[in-house]
Amino acid sequence: MPPVAEAPVSDRVLHLSFAADPLSVREGLARIMASPGLADLDPGHRASIELVLAEVLNNVTEHAYGAAGATDRIGITLRHVPAGLSCQVVDSGRPMPQGRLPRGALPQAEFPEGGFGWHLIRTLTRDLSYARYDGQNHLGFTIPA
Amino acid sequence: MHMQTQTRPKVLSVLVLEDRIDAASAIQFKERMRDLTQAATSRVVLDLGRVQFLDSSGLGAIVAVRKLLAPDRVLELCALTPTVEKVFRLTRMDTIFTIHPTHAAAVAHASGG
Repeated sequence: MPPVAEAPVSDRVLHLSFAADPLSVREGLARIMASPGLADLDPGHRASIELVLAEVLNNVTEHAYGAAGATDRIGITLRHVPAGLSCQVVDSGRPMPQGRLPRGALPQAEFPEGGFGWHLIRTLTRDLSYARYDGQNHLGFTIPA
Repeated sequence: MHMQTQTRPKVLSVLVLEDRIDAASAIQFKERMRDLTQAATSRVVLDLGRVQFLDSSGLGAIVAVRKLLAPDRVLELCALTPTVEKVFRLTRMDTIFTIHPTHAAAVAHASGG
């Protein structure tokens, strides 16, 4: 399903909503990265934005929702602020385990095939916040310029 | 998932002809690599020069291929683009893998070793 409800509230704010599955996430991410406010940012900042958003959106798809249902959707709002890009991600999936964000310690195994995502998110963001209300997860963070 | 292989004595090169290895393609990547490296005897060089984006799922798949080839065969990487290099550096996987700047350097190193 293609992303819908794209609403450039102003040139400083972008809101998108799309289905919680890997291909829709990839498509939504491509739209975000091609949006006017983001296309001109410097390559390093763009790399951090694409990486953090990919990790966050993949986590929602894989863990909050698990096996994707037809109505599973992710909402994302991006706002340009002096410190960088402020992001709010909302989903209606399961809450975080123990209601807390993972620490993001790097995996210690010889061949770690997972466990990198939260390390990348925590390394590349500031002001990470998580709240659960109205049956939804609300994740907020800033990706510094 | 488009990939291209090149066989030399003692080294099999795999060039990834996709611009991303992400959550939507990580499993396919791993399966293609499993098939393509079946005949590999010692070194496998994965050329990531065309890959502009790698997320943690893609990274996990590359680590899985390394595990798949071990202990008799080794997976080396070359030609990392800036975003891909950043992922390896931030996760410290750059200390686990041998990473060559170019494919030519990887082949020279492999044939000398």
